Parts: sequence; C-alpha cells; structure tokens
Amino acid sequence: MGQYSVFDIVGPIMIGPSSSHTAGAARLGYMVKKIVGDGIKKVYFYLHGSFAKTYNGHGTDKALLAGIMGYHPDDERIRDAFSLVHDAGIEYEFLEADLGDVHPNTVKMKVIMDTGEQWEITGSSVGAGKIKIIKINTMEVDFDGEYTSLIIYHIDRPGIVANITAILARYGVNIAFMKLFREKKGCKAILILETDESIEQKAIEEIRQNKNIELAKVIEPI
Amino acid sequence: MEWTTGTELVEFCNQKKCHIYEAIVIQEQKNYERTAEEIYNQMRTNLQVMRDSVNSIFEDQSMYEKKGKIIGGEAKKLRTRYRKEVPLCGMTMAKAISYALATMETNATMGKIVAAPTAGSCGILPALLLSVEETHHISEQSLVNGLLTAGAIGTIIAKHATLSGAEGGCQAEVGSASAMGAAALIEMMEGTPIQAMHGAAIALKNLMGLVCDPIAGLVEAPCSKRNAIGTANALISAEMALAGIESVIPFDEVVSAMYQVGRLMPCTLRETAEGGVAATPTGKKIKREIFSKNK
Repeated sequence: MGQYSVFDIVGPIMIGPSSSHTAGAARLGYMVKKIVGDGIKKVYFYLHGSFAKTYNGHGTDKALLAGIMGYHPDDERIRDAFSLVHDAGIEYEFLEADLGDVHPNTVKMKVIMDTGEQWEITGSSVGAGKIKIIKINTMEVDFDGEYTSLIIYHIDRPGIVANITAILARYGVNIAFMKLFREKKGCKAILILETDESIEQKAIEEIRQNKNIELAKVIEPI
Repeated sequence: MEWTTGTELVEFCNQKKCHIYEAIVIQEQKNYERTAEEIYNQMRTNLQVMRDSVNSIFEDQSMYEKKGKIIGGEAKKLRTRYRKEVPLCGMTMAKAISYALATMETNATMGKIVAAPTAGSCGILPALLLSVEETHHISEQSLVNGLLTAGAIGTIIAKHATLSGAEGGCQAEVGSASAMGAAALIEMMEGTPIQAMHGAAIALKNLMGLVCDPIAGLVEAPCSKRNAIGTANALISAEMALAGIESVIPFDEVVSAMYQVGRLMPCTLRETAEGGVAATPTGKKIKREIFSKNK
C-alpha cells in the first residue's frame, strides 16, 4: 500500500456522520461543480448501492447538494443544504439506480445548465472521504482530486500532449500523473493531468489557444 | 532512514534520540515538503476542532436539542453523574467516556469533527486528550504531540493493515483509534517510544475481533458506546505500558493479525448492517422506523 500523511490519519476535518457517505459525497458534488462551472439549473442524482440504501440516514443527499453549491466537506452549511439549494434556485432529484459493476458508494450526476448544456459525471466515494471520478459524459476516466487537476477536452490529434506539457514545463509545473482517454482515433478525448504545483491562469490561457482544445479546466485540491 | 513498521519507528527514535512525534514530523516534512511549523499548526487546528466537537454538546443548547436518529443526550447524562457521585471508574475515565460520547453525538447531528482515523471512531482521541488535559494538567503543545504520536501509529496500521470498518470491522476503526490513543497517552505521560508501541499493541489486541454492525447502517449505535470502550481500553493499556508491562506479541505482529482477522470476517459483519446487533429484531425495527419516517 501507498504512503500516508499523518493528516490522512488524524483528519480530515469534516461534517459528520460518515466519511464515505457524507464527506466523500460532498467532495463528489464539489468536483462536479468545479468541472461544469457556474450556471447549474438542475441536477439528477442517480444513487447506486449503499448510497441508494442509506443516503437519507447519512445526509448523503445534503452533502451532494452542498458540494454542487461549491461548499467544502468541512462546511457547517451542509446541514442546511436543502434550504440553501432552494435559495440558490437549483432544482434537484434523487433517484435510485443500478449503475452496474461499480463501487457500492457511487453516484451519477446528470447536470442541466442554464444554457441547456448537459453533463453526466459519475464518481465513487472510496472510503475515508476519498473519491474517484470514473466517468465524464461518454468517457471513462480515473482521477481523485488529491492534486491540482487539469482537465482538457480535446480532439485526438498528434502533438496535443506535447504542446500542453511544454507549456506546463515553461511555467515550472511538475506533472505527478497523466492519463489520456479517447472515444476512438481522431475523435473526442480527455487528458487529465495531476500536478504538484498549482497552475497559473496565464498557462491555462496559452493551453486554450490550441484549436483542437475545446475546454481546459483546473480544479484545486480540497 | 525510512521507517514503515513499529520496530523501525522505535529504532529510528533510539538512533536519533527523538520522540515518536518528532519522527513523524521529520517524515512528513520530507514526504510533503512542509515545514515543521506548518505541521504543528495544522495539528493544532485539528485539536481545536476536536475541542469544539466535545464542547458544543455541553455548551450549545440548540445543538443539544438536535439529536441523532438513534443517539443523543448520553454525554450529558454521564457528566451529571460524575459531577454528583464519585465515578466508579475514576474521574479521568468518567470524563473521557463522556467526551467520547459527546463527539459521536456531534458527528451524528452533522456537526464538524476530525476523522481520527475515521468518523466512526472520531470520539476516542478527543476524549483521551481533553480528559487527561483536565485531570493531569497537560499543556497544549503536549496534546499536539500526542495527536502526532497517534497519527504515527495510525500510518503504520494503514500501511500494513486497514483502518476501514468495511474492510476490517470495528477492530480496524475503534481498535486502531484505541491503539493510537494509548500511544498518545504514553507520550504525553513521558513514556518511551517502546512503551508506546507496547501500549498500542495491548490496546489493539484487546479489541481484536470486534465486528462492525451499525444499526440501520448509521454511524450511531453501537458505534458511539464502542468509542467509549475504545477510550477506556486506551487508558488501561497505557496504564499497563507505563507500569512497564509489555505486550507479549510485538506491535507489528498484532497489526498483521488484526488484518488477517478482518479478512476472515464475513461481509455481514463489516459495515453492511446485515449482521451482529444490526440484524437483531430490535435493530431491524429501529431501521424500519427511521427509514419510514424519512420517506
């Protein structure tokens, strides 16, 4: 097994009662919020396995909604998420679903934006408040939000990765992990980079100049 | 020099003539490129959240009214008793178990806690530290050192076994927290690193085989009172180790034994709420009542 920080053991600071059902759920909602950005109109939460069975008992529903509003897992407003999400004008629905052969604590979030744009993001709460995003729209992915994550939606063409990594190198950003996923050759692809340093806005703007890149988003770890 | 086992940790401390908390700070500095000051400060923040998670149950009237779905009000009952009577198990332990229940009540009402190592076992470390602070006049720095010591023990268990109830049952959560707490107490009472390892080994052995069987799947019962036993167990284990009593089986071997026992445990006894007290007629009735109310 890997390396543990003393703060993985004595910590994290979180809102109870369950690290996987509450803190992990809040973090999953938060990741989705960071991926889709502002202007969420409605979210459908498809709850699988243990999430589906016990979500109201553990406040998983409140935690997911709080995350969608951008609150961190240690934010005491999680308790009042229902009234706050109402004030924020975000609609929601919780549905039980069988998402197949996935971790027992998994949720698929279908997000409808004010613009009509739609996202489908699936993630699992894998224990101790840690999470894993396993699917973004049609693409199977795998990242955990423990590092600064750079998510790049692009068209599968030669040289894209070289272009991006060269820009990051110039800004002194070290890549800890890098994963590339594509639907098929020459089609939509996602590149996920996890970095040791945070990434300056200027670097992101340079990356966005590549015409084959549709979207580049940075998610800071929480 | 790296350390990943209890034996290596004790060797490291002996060579460098340092405490366990210094050993973990050195490791943390190296692995995460942080200063010692940052590490101590972050742990001090954790201590403050622990303090609030205990105190809010006793001080904040509105919080107290908000009960969990099963538990609530127990910490205050204990306090009423130890203030009026001479506690059967002594003041330190009476206060400690009351604080353990308080933290678990805060957790059940969606309050802020420090997972230590998990939310289901979050009552033990605050209970031990804050009760001993009152009865034995421990300084805040010493409490922070105690938390770091506990964390060091936890990293070893996480690496060589598990801290998750779903994987290893309650012994992995409350058992580990109790072992971590015993080591912290020994450190705060100026025991040696080897005594801390004996205390942790004794504590983990005493709770070996403990199943995870949460009623209705909630982190409330029997979790809350198991935090009380984990707290009491840390106190008696530390008391023995400080008296020079050794664990017959060394810490590292106890950790792997705990992991093996966890693997042998059927799934029904690992956080699925399908066995143990969760599967009793009363356990099932409580579950039905809670979930029919919510729908």
